[in-house]
Amino acid sequence: MYKKMLPLLLALPLLFFITSCSEYTGSKGGPQAISGVADAASKVYVPPGKYDEFYLFTSGGFNGQMGVYGLPSGRLFRVIPVFSVDAEKGYGFSEETKSLLMTSYGFMPWDDAHHPELSQTDGITDGRWIFINGNNTPRIARIDLSTFETVETIEIPNSAGNHGSPFTTQNTEYVIASTRFSVPIPQADISTKDFATRYKGTITMLKVDPNTGEMSIHFQILCPGFDYDKAHCGKGPSHGWAFFTSYNTEQAGTLKEIEASQNDKDYIAAVNWKKAAEYIDAGKGEEMTVTYYHNIMDEATQTATSRVIKSVKVLDPLKYEGIIYYLPTPKSPHGVDVDPSGEYIVGNGKLSTDLTVHSTTRMLKAIENKAYEKVIDGIPVLKYDEIVAGVVKQPGLGPLHTEFDEKGNAYTSFFISSEIVKWKLGTWEILDRIPTYYSIGHLCVPGGDSRKPWGKYVIALNKITKDRYLPTGPELTQSAQLIDISGEKMQLLLDFPTVGEPHYAQAIPADKVMPRTKKFYKLEENKHPHAIKSEDEAKVVRDGKIVHVYMASIRSHFTPDNIEGIRVGDEVYFHVTNMEQDWDVPHGFAIMGAQNAELLIMPGQTRTLKWIPQNTGVYPFYCTDFCSALHQEMQGYVVVSPQGSNKPLKWWTGSDNAL
Amino acid sequence: MHIQSTFTFISSLGLMLMASAFFNGCGGNNESPTQKLQAPAAVAEDEEEEETHSTGKATETAGASVYDNWYTNKGIGPVKNLTLSAEIDQALAAEGEKIFKEKCTSCHKPDKRFIGPAPKGVLERRTPEWVMNMILNPEKMVKEDPIAKQLLLDYNLSPMANQNLTEEEARKVLEYFRTL
Repeated sequence: MYKKMLPLLLALPLLFFITSCSEYTGSKGGPQAISGVADAASKVYVPPGKYDEFYLFTSGGFNGQMGVYGLPSGRLFRVIPVFSVDAEKGYGFSEETKSLLMTSYGFMPWDDAHHPELSQTDGITDGRWIFINGNNTPRIARIDLSTFETVETIEIPNSAGNHGSPFTTQNTEYVIASTRFSVPIPQADISTKDFATRYKGTITMLKVDPNTGEMSIHFQILCPGFDYDKAHCGKGPSHGWAFFTSYNTEQAGTLKEIEASQNDKDYIAAVNWKKAAEYIDAGKGEEMTVTYYHNIMDEATQTATSRVIKSVKVLDPLKYEGIIYYLPTPKSPHGVDVDPSGEYIVGNGKLSTDLTVHSTTRMLKAIENKAYEKVIDGIPVLKYDEIVAGVVKQPGLGPLHTEFDEKGNAYTSFFISSEIVKWKLGTWEILDRIPTYYSIGHLCVPGGDSRKPWGKYVIALNKITKDRYLPTGPELTQSAQLIDISGEKMQLLLDFPTVGEPHYAQAIPADKVMPRTKKFYKLEENKHPHAIKSEDEAKVVRDGKIVHVYMASIRSHFTPDNIEGIRVGDEVYFHVTNMEQDWDVPHGFAIMGAQNAELLIMPGQTRTLKWIPQNTGVYPFYCTDFCSALHQEMQGYVVVSPQGSNKPLKWWTGSDNAL
Repeated sequence: MHIQSTFTFISSLGLMLMASAFFNGCGGNNESPTQKLQAPAAVAEDEEEEETHSTGKATETAGASVYDNWYTNKGIGPVKNLTLSAEIDQALAAEGEKIFKEKCTSCHKPDKRFIGPAPKGVLERRTPEWVMNMILNPEKMVKEDPIAKQLLLDYNLSPMANQNLTEEEARKVLEYFRTL
């Protein structure tokens, strides 16, 4: 171990020497104006050993994972693997986790994850679970915030480009999903030339079990083939409704950059999910044959299993009245955001010079009065003048998303003019603006899409960083920026790099999550079928070509640490139980020649690595996660005999004369 | 990751040594930091052969050892005073055996030295309070308690793992030790 540390030991004093001998100032200063650097620094400095005030959960975008940061420090704590395999944690490699990535297309090693959404109780984030969508292979995942591990993934049938997802209702009764890409439903060999007549979209409502968090698809609504882009659920007076933006109401099948940007207004789809659920519960709706996977990590057996589901209930607005209305909104609206009171519905018209805000009260009245402009495929289009609450005049270019504080202010991101604009709900006046570096997409106020925001910060989630960081070749780090919104004027405090694309993020006060944190898995509760509960249960069992190794690990040895009688071509399963019962003592497991990742086994957990030895010889295995002073001694050997050998299986740990 | 406190100490000492070497000599001093370190002289006294002095006085000739005054050492932790009943509570001990088997046998065999010492006869060498505090508070014990510190050296720097037993569970395990 000292050898391992030597370069570090040598390098550190040297570094100290360099920094003390010559003052290196590499910063160009750049165009930013941080008023009072020392003041900003003191606001983001979290002293060693102290905790951050907020957790920030960022989507990894095209890395398919979720990042966990602290605020205000911007320090990265963890990357939670969700939709992409993660060799570091053995996620998608260990036998227990493979099923979480199963879909109707087979095993999926990657996806594009966009929107983390915290579970809510009474419209307030509660720190129990966080959901996130997979775009490419339409899915939603649930992460348990007691373990920070993905515990469930569910595929969305009749869907493509699951982007408007997985936003939650105010008591997490439902999470929602919508199709960004319309396709033939059911799928068929149909040309895009027939897009307008044959391509459809769907809106999906998934029920969430209030105790377990388990998701299930309750029903889908069949919609005209637009691109349903973003979504949010109502709250308070709009509870029972869900809102979905749409673009490409032109229904173009090609060059959408131009062809989908023709109409002055597109629509926000307002879905009365309570009414739709009543239809379903009364036995209405059509059963449609589909195939989708629902994968759940069982807490007791610590193993994920897949269920294949073959049907879904679909409601067609042509047959069922009152479940969906269109709210005309200029122009190609991207984000749709509902303010904390639940009254205002902000349509962030991407190509519009103004920001349109609808009123829930007026929308309900317009529905009551049947103030329809027209009806599309059974969906009434409400009259714009009857539903609009107000307009923020020319706030900036390319509005994408809006979040809120608790003082009646809204914060909207503008991609093209690269800024955040603060404006007032009700008066629609612009109060302040601050540049972002660069090309902001989403933004996040802690609790900013719930009934209870903690309006201390807004976090800008930027798409491009260009000249903000030390260059790393053609691609620079992705980045977020922390902005203080506690005063009249927004103040930029910190740039911090992020893993993957920080597409959207949600933040929550740490004290809502910390008390629920699991420190280790209790051995007595481990019901894994291949777990062992003490070292004397360690064994190796042959069943034809399949060999099960029941192994224990604890600082700083494996039991068994010697195995003989394995043959070339055997399918060997190492079931390793970490016997530790202490916080932050995972053990790793890796074996030479395994075309596989490592295992990273949490205390009290069992994980399984599959290994097919290719050649005769001796194969060392070892603990990969520095666990103790004798970590380097935590190792063992498997002796592999030729195929057809009849050397008997033997295993042991230690010899009496050494002990 | 938790790295053994001793190791942290060793490496930070190494760092300080390296740094001072660097500034004093501005290079040229290639002594490895580990060479600078003098490990404390291990007493390496096998516990099985450890003498217990009924008089409670350490004999000068045997060489004073931290183990000598064990009966005055209650360890550091939640257990301050514990009086054992004359009779062994067999039901309690049976429950303790179950806990010991699941949580402790990875490192302790009842009657022979393994990764850690054997608990057989431990109450002839340690106070009951010390035993419970070692189970319940091992991190602090190996840092501050003279006997636990020495044991860490005698047992290859293998740390005593905190298996997060409750006080009640530790008491059961102690009762089981009395039956060995």
